[in-house]
Order: sequence, then C-alpha cells, then structure tokens
Amino acid sequence: MPSFVIAEKCDGCKGGDKTACMYICPNDLMVLEPNEMKAYNQEPDQCWECFSCVKICPSQAIEVRGYSDFVPMGGSTVPMMGTEDIMWTCKFRNGVVKRFKFPIRTTPEGEANAYADLKGKDLDSGLLSTQEADGYVLVAPTELA
Amino acid sequence: MALPNKPIGELKAVRDPEVDKRDVDVLIVGGGMAACGTAFEIKKWASDDTKILLCDKAALERSGAVAQGLSAINTYIGENKPEDYVRMVRNDLMGIVREDLIFDLGRHVDDSVHLFEEWGLPVWKKTDDGKNLDGKKGLKAGSLKSGATPVRTGKWQIMINGESYKRIVAEAGKKALGEDNIIERCFIVELLNDKDDPTKVAGAVGFSVRENKVYIITAKVMMVACGGAVNVYQPRSVGEGKGRAWYPVWNAGSTYTMAVRAGAELSMMENRFTPARFKDGYGPVGAWFLLFKAQTVNGLGENYAASDEAKAELEKYAPYGTAAVTPTCLRNHLMMKEYKEGRGPIIMKTSDALAKLGETMSKKELKHLESEAWEDFLDMSVGQAGLWCATNTEPEKKDSEVMPTEPYLLGSHSGCCGIWCSGPEEDWVPADYKWGYNRMTTVKGLFTAGDGVGCSGHKFSSGSHAEGRICAKEMIKYLRDNPGAVSFKETDQELVDMVYKPVRTYLDNSTYTTDETVNPNYCKPSGMAMRLMKMTNEYGGGTATYYMTGGKSLEILMENFEMFREDLENIAAGDLHELMRAWEINHRLYTVEAHTRHIQFREESRYPGFYYRGDFMGQNDEEWFCFTNSTYNKETNEWSLKKVPYIKIISD
Repeated sequence: MPSFVIAEKCDGCKGGDKTACMYICPNDLMVLEPNEMKAYNQEPDQCWECFSCVKICPSQAIEVRGYSDFVPMGGSTVPMMGTEDIMWTCKFRNGVVKRFKFPIRTTPEGEANAYADLKGKDLDSGLLSTQEADGYVLVAPTELA
Repeated sequence: MALPNKPIGELKAVRDPEVDKRDVDVLIVGGGMAACGTAFEIKKWASDDTKILLCDKAALERSGAVAQGLSAINTYIGENKPEDYVRMVRNDLMGIVREDLIFDLGRHVDDSVHLFEEWGLPVWKKTDDGKNLDGKKGLKAGSLKSGATPVRTGKWQIMINGESYKRIVAEAGKKALGEDNIIERCFIVELLNDKDDPTKVAGAVGFSVRENKVYIITAKVMMVACGGAVNVYQPRSVGEGKGRAWYPVWNAGSTYTMAVRAGAELSMMENRFTPARFKDGYGPVGAWFLLFKAQTVNGLGENYAASDEAKAELEKYAPYGTAAVTPTCLRNHLMMKEYKEGRGPIIMKTSDALAKLGETMSKKELKHLESEAWEDFLDMSVGQAGLWCATNTEPEKKDSEVMPTEPYLLGSHSGCCGIWCSGPEEDWVPADYKWGYNRMTTVKGLFTAGDGVGCSGHKFSSGSHAEGRICAKEMIKYLRDNPGAVSFKETDQELVDMVYKPVRTYLDNSTYTTDETVNPNYCKPSGMAMRLMKMTNEYGGGTATYYMTGGKSLEILMENFEMFREDLENIAAGDLHELMRAWEINHRLYTVEAHTRHIQFREESRYPGFYYRGDFMGQNDEEWFCFTNSTYNKETNEWSLKKVPYIKIISD
C-alpha cells in the first residue's frame, strides 16, 4: 500500500526546518523534488505502509493506496493524529465508513522521564539503574535441571 | 526517456565524499527498541567524560520493528516465574536454546515495561469485575509497577494502545543520551578490527544517506543492534506488495553480517520464522486466537488442528508437539499438511468468534469489541485494515484467510538465530556460556541485543529494550576494564574507496548505455535484490517449495551465492538512496548465506513448518541436539561450522 503525495496539498514543508515525510520515513523513501518543492515516494514497492509519513505530514497531503498486486480499489484508511489520540476513518469499497479513536499516550509529548539525574552505584552487579534504585533483588534460578 | 542518462534519486552521489572522523569510547549502531534501551541506560553508568555516539540508518522516532506501533507487549513476566518463561521459550524453539540468556532477560524485562508506562504508553488494565480499561482509564486503575492487573491475552502478553510506542520509547532514549550524541540517517556498513588484536573491535565505517559524507569512527566498545533480516526470501507478493513484509522491510541483516565479518560467531542461524498471518496484509493473528478465541478451519470447514490425524502428527515431535502449547513451527507444519494434501486454504473464523463473544455482551460492549479488533490492525499493520476495507471485510460478517509467509531471520520474536553471546557472569551459568561480559559476542568489545542475540527468542519489543539496557551497563564495565586506545589498519582512503565503490562504478560506466538501469558493466541493487530472493526461494526452502530443501539444492545455492558475491563487486549506485540499497543487499547476502549454510550443516529437520531437509526429515536428537555455530573469514572467504553442546539449566 504505497504512500502517495497529493500534489495540490504538498508545499514541500516550506517554512519548516526539514521536510517532515523525508525526516520520518524509516526506509528513506520520501524525497523532496527541489524545483517543484513537492515530495514523492521514490520506491513504492519498498513501502511498508507504516503510515509514518501520513501521520506526520503537516498538510495532510499524504495518503496511501492499496498495493496494486493484491488490493482492490476503492478502500481507504486515513488517520488524524492528536496529542492524546489517533482518529481513523476507514472507508470500504462498498461505501461503508467506520471511525475509530484510540489513545496514543497518557503524558504530554516531550515529558518522558529520562531519569537524567540517576546514577548507578554498583557497576559489577547485574541490576539495571532503575532496578538498583528501587531495591530490586536479582534472583538466580531455583528450579534447576 | 530522458537523455542524457542520469541517476534516478534526488540526492546525487559524488565520486569523492567528505570524510567525517569521530573518536568515541562507545558506539551504538542501530536505533530500534534495543538501541533505545542502551541510549536510556548508558549515561547512568558512564562517567561524565565518556564519549558516546549512536548511529541510526533512519530517525529514532520511527525506526526499527516498532516504527508503526504495536497492539501488545508480548513479554511481561508479571505474576509468572522466569523459570516458566524459559520453559515456554525452550518448548517453542524445539529444545535448543540458551537458558541463561532467557532467564536473565526474564528478570529484567518488566523494569522496561514499567518505564514505558511511566513515559506515557497506555497499558490496558483489568478491573475486579473482569472489564478491560484502556488509555488513560487504564492508568487510573493504577500502574503495572504499583500492582494493577494488565489485560493478558496469553500467559506472557499484555494489551496496550501502542500506536506511539516507538515515539515514546525513542523520546526517553534521546533525552537520556542527548541529541548531540546521535547521528540519524547514518548507515554503518562495516565494523573494523583492532590492528594489533584482530579479535577485538576498534570502530566502524558508514555513510550519510542525506549528504555525500563517509563516517569513520574509532570506538573502544560498541553494540550492533540493527534488527533481523527481511526480503532475504522472495515474498509472496512480488509486485508493489513486496514492501508489505511481515517484519520491517528495512531490516537488511546488517546485524549478523557486520558481526560475522568482524569475526563474531553466529549461532542457530538455521532457525527462521515463517509466521502464519492474515493473507497478503500480514496482519497479526495473536489477538484473534488469544483474545477473541477464534478458530481456524481448512477449506473443507474442518478444525484440522484438533483432528486425530493432527494429534498423531504432533506426537512425532514429542515432547514439544505434545506440550500444552504447540510450538509455532508445528502449528505451521499442520497447516502445510492441509495445503499439500489439497485441503487449503486456511480460514480464520472471525465471524463465529465475535458472535460467540457477543452472546454475553451489551451493544456498547460489542461496539468496543469491534473497535478492539480494528485497533489490533490499525496500531501495527494498517495495511491489513486497508485490505479489509478494500475487500468489504467486516470481521463479524466475513471470515479471512490465514497463510504462512515467506521466511524471516530474527532473534527477538518467535525465532532464535543470531550471534553467540556471553551470558551473565554468575555461578549458575555454565562456564562455556560466559566470558566476562553479559551479551558480549566472541569479538572483544562487540556487544549485541534484540534480534542480534542468538538462541534466545521471545524477547519481543520489551525484551529487546531491556537487553539493550543490559548491554549499556556491560559496555561501560568493559570500558572500565579496557581503557586503552584502539586503532584499525585500514586507511581513510581505503575505507572511503570501499564504501563509495558502487558510486565510482556508476560514474565510470553509466553513460555507456542510454538507459542507466541496463548496462553490461554493472548490476543495480533492485535487480540484485530480486536475484537473491529468487535463488533462496527456489533452492533454500522458500514458499516455492513449501519450505523444502535438500543437499543438492543447497549445493547449487552456494554456487549461486558465490557468483552473486563476485558480482557485488560491480554493483552501482547513482544516488545516496541507491548506495544504501547497494549496501543492504550486501548485508542480506552474507546473512542468508549463513542461514542456508547452517541448514546445510544441520542434517535433520529441527523446525518442521519453518523448513525441511527433504534428505533428513524428522529430528535426530542423538546427532543434533546441540547448537550449531559458524564463523566467516573475510580475508579468505571461508565459512566454518561446528557443533556446540547444549546445557540444560532449568528443570522440566
């Protein structure tokens, strides 16, 4: 299901410091054509349809169409990312539409606790830093062969 | 056709790239769950002046196997015993596993899961009256760490709202390591050994896929964790759909290839995973089996897996086949039997399952159940949802087909190929399974985690993260004990020449013909990718032969590999994206060659349903109840294979 870019909607992330889809694609597929200032998927048959580019595009210019070698035409799955939820609109070939909303995170973006001040004490123990801080006791197996 | 002939990609490659040299103490190669675990943990043990660098081929926010998200965490020990976790993994992988590594993982993994929840990953909770709470409601019921009950699907799996799983984990890793210590879009392609002690690692070389730049990095200790290998066998979809792999299509075997070329010993590379998934879309089936209690039937509508014939077949593979949970490969084996005897296809009865669950549910609960079924796909395999939409498949009304995929090579999911690593330095670990630093390979200073560690499957996302954290601490310990400088024999020029050879080949030859893709003087990554997958599919036990291979086929395959390897000397890349593909195909070759050489060496069929040696059907415990390990000498192009004794640690 390769991603495609809607020509009219893509502005090449003008005003941004980087092209969002090009930044995010895990397989280096999305590229910017610098003259037209529009992005495209340079290798559709290597698209994992992970939707990373679709979700990150600030102009909602990227969608996905089913793989030509096994997906009938007419369906679509379109996400809308929020800060706490993702909304999906799933359109069937026969016109049925289903909408779903799923939570994506419970903390504000950027607030993940990196335990920046935590320093481990005993480098020779088998404990991870947070296990050591919590007083976790490393067990050895007791049910031996 | 546009003449004059020119490269296809936007970022053109030039003959002489810029060279960016780095000298660090610790190098982390990879950016997936394991590397994010290392990134989170390492500064907690390192001194403030330790120089640490992480190189990711993509962007951490969405790289690796969890890029798209996940709907479950498959390893959470919780109320279970780590000993039972070892027993489950051992049985699923037909007896031959490293129990020290698995037990060790089992006692660390929950700590990572607790962090994920603290960072913001929504984890489903079970209420006292048996209802499921997700999202923030789940958190209100208490955290896992404080003792709240997760929603278990199987004994080890817990449900999450995991669309942003990787973003959350990457955020913590990036913050902990510092963005200045991370280079994204840097593809490390070869590890370098120390010039005075070739059994030691001393650095790595790679390039930017964004600008014409080669990175030459000296490092005293390093970890390589770049996932497993995908598109090493011809996928069932060979057109556009070949990107719809079950495992991430960008996993190119880089972990195994770079390690084996640096001298590391691989283990159990014959093991593979051919998951049975919803046909074509490769959507997950776990929740359907475990959460929704759906059944699969054959083309005649029979519950084939429960038949007396199936039971008799499984008894051939006792004690694994007769265990309470049938090993994954044997479930596939039963499916293959149906196909081969003309009773396919295999159908998942989603409609019956939802109807049955609906009998005891209110309308609102039923609606939520439908939503859960869709979330399972939309969180981790959107394409499957797209396929359902396009084929008018409402699972409560229309059933879906299930089919085993093409083979994948990995060490973190239900597979166990990988690198031979040291276990923890503790009394209960056999002497032959430890050599000073937990998760260090047989190359001094080279560590691995996640898909990289062999003989210990069923880590999944959470276990890979925890294992990356274990590596972080062990690498700092190694660094404390081995503070001396390292250096490699290769000159900057030699390294640049090696990395940019495909670009030079392109520039020297591309104008000879009018179509840059067809040229007698070079081969292109796209063609080589198909050539490799065709030969493995036909001779190495791909889907073409129902995973069957044999001695003569493997002999032909090795001959094909050798010509392929020679031809890689003439691979051409006109732009930076193509240069990445050129190196990926190089990595894929060595990895799948290791895989099939192991199959050739092990004269039995240890994993029926994953692959068969037609000339050695069945298991031969007398000869082959052992690990098989391999090494490769890149100077002489020679592979060596050997048996390594299996030592049972945990009782039955």
